[in-house]
Order: sequence, then structure tokens, then C-alpha cells
Amino acid sequence: MAGGASPTPTPDTRPFWEAAIQERLAIQQCQSCSRYYFYPRDHCPYCSSGDVEWRDVSGSGRLLSYVINYRPLPPADPKEPQVIALVQLDEGPRMLTNIVGSPADPDSLPLDAPVTACFEPRGDWKLPVFRLAGAR
Amino acid sequence: MTTASGVRSMHGGNVAIIGAAETTGLGVLPEMSMVQLHADAARNALADAGLTAADIDGIATAGPLPMEVSHYLGITPTWVDGTMVGGCSFMLHVRHAAAAIAAGAATTVLVTHGESGRSRVGMNRYGAMSTETVSGQFEVPYGAMMPYATFTVPALRFLHERGMSRTDLAEVVVAQREWALDSPRAFRRKPVTTDEVLNDSPPVAYPFTRDMCCVVTDGGGALVVTSAERAADLPASGRAVYLLGSGEAAESPVMSQMTDVDTFGGFRSSSAEAFRSAGLTHRDIDHLMCYDAFAHVPLYMLEDLGFVGRGESGAFVASGATRPGGSLPMNTNGGGLSYTHTGMYSMFAMQEAIRQLRGEAAAQVPDIRTSFVQGVGMYFAASASLIFGKEAP
Repeated sequence: MAGGASPTPTPDTRPFWEAAIQERLAIQQCQSCSRYYFYPRDHCPYCSSGDVEWRDVSGSGRLLSYVINYRPLPPADPKEPQVIALVQLDEGPRMLTNIVGSPADPDSLPLDAPVTACFEPRGDWKLPVFRLAGAR
Repeated sequence: MTTASGVRSMHGGNVAIIGAAETTGLGVLPEMSMVQLHADAARNALADAGLTAADIDGIATAGPLPMEVSHYLGITPTWVDGTMVGGCSFMLHVRHAAAAIAAGAATTVLVTHGESGRSRVGMNRYGAMSTETVSGQFEVPYGAMMPYATFTVPALRFLHERGMSRTDLAEVVVAQREWALDSPRAFRRKPVTTDEVLNDSPPVAYPFTRDMCCVVTDGGGALVVTSAERAADLPASGRAVYLLGSGEAAESPVMSQMTDVDTFGGFRSSSAEAFRSAGLTHRDIDHLMCYDAFAHVPLYMLEDLGFVGRGESGAFVASGATRPGGSLPMNTNGGGLSYTHTGMYSMFAMQEAIRQLRGEAAAQVPDIRTSFVQGVGMYFAASASLIFGKEAP
């Protein structure tokens, strides 16, 4: 997957991006209701508790849905199709991401396939992306 | 407020659309700026109502700020709504205007839309792409920027969960194109087959081909909303269309965090509220407009609104039920997929519903007494539902 826009972290999201640069996937877990959630917030969206902690998670999940975008916009390479996907983490939350390491072809991208997180340099940061379990 | 039927509704009074019009031109209009499109549509709608700018005390719009439009038209409003939730904003404006009119906070409200979506003349940059927002940090870096690479992402899951396929997306395109054949202002007017939609139309974002994505156009539309009582005294009273029920809902600002991937809670709750406030059921609806930025959206809506059961939307469209002569005529202007789509389509869905109820549509369906209009804001972020009727409730 060729580049794309770089994220600009904000105070509420910075721990996510600081973990990613060390190739760790970290999301927040509510200490009151125990649920994991994403995107980063300083309180739990399920029970409104402010007692939340950052946790490194497995980076394992499954491929929920995707498109193969044949018309990427700069700064991504307009000639290289992007797999823009929804991944459901084993811990529960869902993330938008890219699938890398597999051909951008529906036959290579079965829904519900297990996926694992990997990290791709992007500007000053690293972006969590996913590959199919077993893909190199 | 309580209506005669004893049903609580937000607008709580009898409210009419007394003026409705689109821009004089539609499609490719590089000679007009965004605000010109608003003004052209507004002046056409006022003429349709037999009113002038001096009769307007309320203004509602999304895209530009309301005063960019009101000042351009020489209107000094005492009621303003700039609600912006994406493409269905104008439907929320109608619902809010109805409540304001029923409460006595405004008498005659002008709702305008204009967008130079294709030519990009005079467009503002309020919505410029940020890399700092939730979307900017967690979606944009993955290429989820344009609607065709974002709004479309949940579709494969929807199809997979129901044992449906890309052919079901193509059937939506074919059914709606049939309506557009009779519509001289439609942008795409060539008949198509499912095979052509699947195999000849260029791929944009698998599973979507270009024909499964809306057109990109310049244009606009406007509505004049007032009380049914005042409408009765106006020259255009015989063409008044009434708001029977309405609902609105909002969920996540980013597609990836919608509560469920293959069904949208916003569609379910706002449509239920529209039916409840109108005191009507699905069997009372003669005509349906479903905001179709992409071919999967009407399939979600048919199921989430309850016009068909879960998993039945594809077969329903393929059966011809939504085509000319079918039991539930849907997107009878050709929809965003064939008629027009400036970027915020809901204004055009309402215009077609009103034309059908007035008996003035290009592809007129006989004996239409009620029309249900279902809108979507952003990418499954917001929902609006309106039920219009030919007769006052």
C-alpha cells in the first residue's frame, strides 16, 4: 500500500498514536463497565465513566467488509488500488483500516477472514493496518 | 402538541409546502455560482407560491450559512435554521420549520439548496479535509475520503449477511433508470441492463461500478413552508402539499462507528417516528423516495423502514415492484443514480415527492395521495423521514 494522508494527533488521541509508533495497538477500556471502545475519548461512550485505561490489545480481528478503491486520491498513489476495510477487533471495537499483503482482488479477500495488525510508516507516525492471518 | 388523531408530533399543527421549485437549469452549470443556484431556486419557489421575498420571515439552509442566502435575496429573517447533518439537512429544515410555524415562531419559511457540485464555482471551504478530526485521524489516512470510497464500505457486509450479491445493486440502477427515461432533466437517460451495469460500467470501488454511484451535478431547489391556514388564502392553495409526519435521528460522525454495519438505526428510528406522528402505516404510502447516493442505500432503507423484511430488498426491487407500474413506485425521478446529485440530494427527493402529489411529475404515477421521503446524512451518520400528503391531515 503506497502512502496517504498522515494523521495529526490531538490530546485525546495522542496515546493511540504514540503506541502505534512503537508498533503496539492500544485502545481504551472502561474500568467501570469493562468494555473496550474506539475511537479514543477521555470517557466511556457506553456508561459515561471517566475511569478509563489504555490497554495494549492483541491486534487480532476479522475482516467485516471492504471496498477495493480503484480511484485513490493523492497523497496516495492513484494507480494502486486501496483495500479500504472494516475490521472487528477480538476485543469488540471496530476500526476502519487498510488490508495489506494480499492482492486487491475479491477472491483473495473473503469476508470474516482472520486478520492481524501491522504498522506502516506515515509521515512522523505509524499507521495501524491489517493483513490476513497467514499472508506475508 | 397533540393532533386531532391524538398522536403526539413534533410539528403539532397543520403545515403546508406552498412553493416548490428546482433551479431553472440542472446538470452542468459552470455559468452559475453556488449562491446564485440558491437564489435561482428560491426565486422560482417564491414565484411558484405567488409570494415575494418580502413575505419570508424564516430562512433555512445548509452548505453556506443561512445569512449568505438570506442577505443575497434581500431577506432579513427573524427565524434561522442552519442545521447541517449532511445531505438530508433540508429535510430536517422542513421538520424544524413546521415546528416553528406551529409554535408561532415563524410564519413563512424558505428552505434553499444550491450546489455547484460538478463545476465547483463559488463553493465555500467550510468542510475542507482535516487530519485532526476523528475522521481525519482514523479514516482519511486509509483513503476513506471521497464518498465512493467511504459510504460504500459497509455494502459487502449487507449483501453477505443476506445471501445477496452485486446483481442486487445493479437491479436498483436498472429500476431507477427506467424512471429517468421519461425525465428530460435527468442526467443519465440511456436504458441499461444488469449485465451492462455489472460488466460494462467502469469499476470505481468494488463492488461498485460507476453506474452504481450517483451522478455529480450542479443545481438546487427551494421550498416555501407555511401554515395550512395561511396556505389556504394563497393563490397557489390548490397545489399545496401537506406535511403529515416527520422524524430525525443522528448516530456516528464516522461510517466505521455506525452501531451496526448492515442496518442503520437512524433509518429505523426516524421512519418509525414519521409513521407514528402521521398516524399512518406502510400500507397507506403510495410513493417512496429513498436518497440514493449509491445503489446499496435504497436496499438498506427498504428494509430499515420496514417496507420489506430483512433480506427481501433485493428480490423486491428485482421483481419490478419499484418500477413504473409496480406496487411501490420508488425514486420516480431516476434518483441520485440517474436524475441529479449535487452533493446534498435530499432537496431533489422532496421536490419529486411534491411534484408527484401535485400531479406534475415528468414520470407521473396515477392516484398518488401520500409520499414517504427518506434521507441520509453523511455516510450513515444522520437520518430524516418525512411523509407528505395531497390533502391536509
